[in-house]
Amino acid sequence: MVDDSSIRALEDKVAELRQMMETGDVDLREEITLLEKKLFSLRREQYARMSDWDRVKLARHPERPRGLPLVEALAEAFYELRGDRMGGDDPALRGGPALVQGERIMFLFHHRGSTPEEQRACRFGMATPQGYRKCLRLMDIAERLHLPVVTLVDTPGAYPGLQSEEQNIAGAIAQCISRMLALNVPTVAVILGEGGSGGAIALGAADRVLMMENATYSVISPEGAAAILWKDSSSAAQAAQALRLTAPHLVELGFADQIIPEPVGGAHTDPDKTADELRSALGEHLRALSSSSLDELKALRYKRYRNAGSARKPADQT
Amino acid sequence: MPIRRDNRGRYVEVEPRRAEETAWLRCRECGELVFRRKLKETNHICPRCGAYFFLTAQERIASIVDQDSYTTLTADYTSTDPLEFVDRRPYQERLDEAQAITGLNDAILVGRGTLDGSPLLLAVMDFRFIGGSMGQVVGDEIATAVERSAEEHIPFVLVVASGGARVQEGIVSLMQMAKTVATRNLLAEAGVPFIVVFTYPSSGGMLASVASLADVTIAEQGAMIGFAGPRVIEKTTGERLPAGFQTATFALEHGVVDQVVTRESLRAELAKALHVLTGGAHG
Repeated sequence: MVDDSSIRALEDKVAELRQMMETGDVDLREEITLLEKKLFSLRREQYARMSDWDRVKLARHPERPRGLPLVEALAEAFYELRGDRMGGDDPALRGGPALVQGERIMFLFHHRGSTPEEQRACRFGMATPQGYRKCLRLMDIAERLHLPVVTLVDTPGAYPGLQSEEQNIAGAIAQCISRMLALNVPTVAVILGEGGSGGAIALGAADRVLMMENATYSVISPEGAAAILWKDSSSAAQAAQALRLTAPHLVELGFADQIIPEPVGGAHTDPDKTADELRSALGEHLRALSSSSLDELKALRYKRYRNAGSARKPADQT
Repeated sequence: MPIRRDNRGRYVEVEPRRAEETAWLRCRECGELVFRRKLKETNHICPRCGAYFFLTAQERIASIVDQDSYTTLTADYTSTDPLEFVDRRPYQERLDEAQAITGLNDAILVGRGTLDGSPLLLAVMDFRFIGGSMGQVVGDEIATAVERSAEEHIPFVLVVASGGARVQEGIVSLMQMAKTVATRNLLAEAGVPFIVVFTYPSSGGMLASVASLADVTIAEQGAMIGFAGPRVIEKTTGERLPAGFQTATFALEHGVVDQVVTRESLRAELAKALHVLTGGAHG
């Protein structure tokens, strides 16, 4: 992680001064403003120097805004739907209709949990077959009621457990990709934090793909790649760089359309501002999508994924 | 990812070896050394314990189609090494080596042929090529074949031998999951049957995309079918995995496949399924 001890020390100092001003009868506004300016420039400096591995850490930051509170902050109203109607539910993958700036949206999102207990219950955002099958059900509803689908992706990957395998997690993911590609409504995917492998692409193949500035999107975690290819999990930083998993790389590769800016220091430093940025980006893209006909939309969607990351054709070879 | 199970049941990365040049092959189940030429006579089944050796894509194709009916449709795509990936070795070097060993451009061959006179489009993966992992080339070969299959109304048969997505192509390999699934929907629209055969191994991103969306799914005995490797599961959850986990029988018991067959009977099983699905209509 970025060494933020000097930032922490300054934050503490500012807090201390504020308290002194509240309890005592001293005017420290000038000092506080000065320190805050210094704090801001320190954060900006450090932010600019971040490596890809630092971004991975930031994407996983324990205080980063989670799916559920973020949707609640984004929307004027949100009605959560639970259960896959086949015997289960999954707290790691949530969803339901919401109103955002008066427009109806079907949200599907990973939730990693905010408290330690909730995080354990949500398996840190690793979704199960129940979660993906619930998404299938919610996508059906969205299509019936003509709601655009917005997914918020934040997962280390699908849950790798005995029960997941018994209940065909691979099939559930494949069906989610398939259903989403065939949806007769506009779709937007936002890579919020960690876009981890199959568990992420299950909700990722949308008409528009947006990435938060500090989000990552990869076929495997840097630790996983390091263990397999470098035979050494301490090479994770190196693997993070080789995997090109940050937002600018994804835009360059053509898999993401827009980077949503985060406050200096990361989304967790100002969750409200993060929600505002996301809300305005979503509004913009959904408006643009709704102006095309469904046929156009689906033709473009097919082309986008049919041509994603193409191999070299024999004729191209020199 | 390119993995295989070693003789103690652990998953290990596949290092391409010059196996083609050796006269003897070791059985991964019982450790018996078998003369290569002998294996050709036994359908690549261990004469001592009955375990299945890998079939190359060419061998698999020959075991399925009518003699002299096969024409290749492999488009000869090659990887662009989209991330210019280097781990301990450059990815390009691994590709060159795999190509030299297998004589293939990548981990898949595609072609058309007949099976008991009934036409089919066949895509067969080759585990020797970086663990049969799916990157750009596998994605594009499958997508192109599926489009052709839908257009010409010929049943599509995919034989899986894949450890999953190709890690060295990073996010580009993940996108192949969406690509292959997108084309699969064309088969559905055209009403063309799609059959998948799971062999050893069928896992990861390959299993979590087009391979799980067939109309009929057949597992070869000895197949490994699962999303995550046992080691990952044990490490993440601490769960102890039952005997027979992720075997073909396990998949059948949990409703993941329609049928488990021996290597010898796969051809007849495919013929039967195709006959019923196409109503015996040839061409």
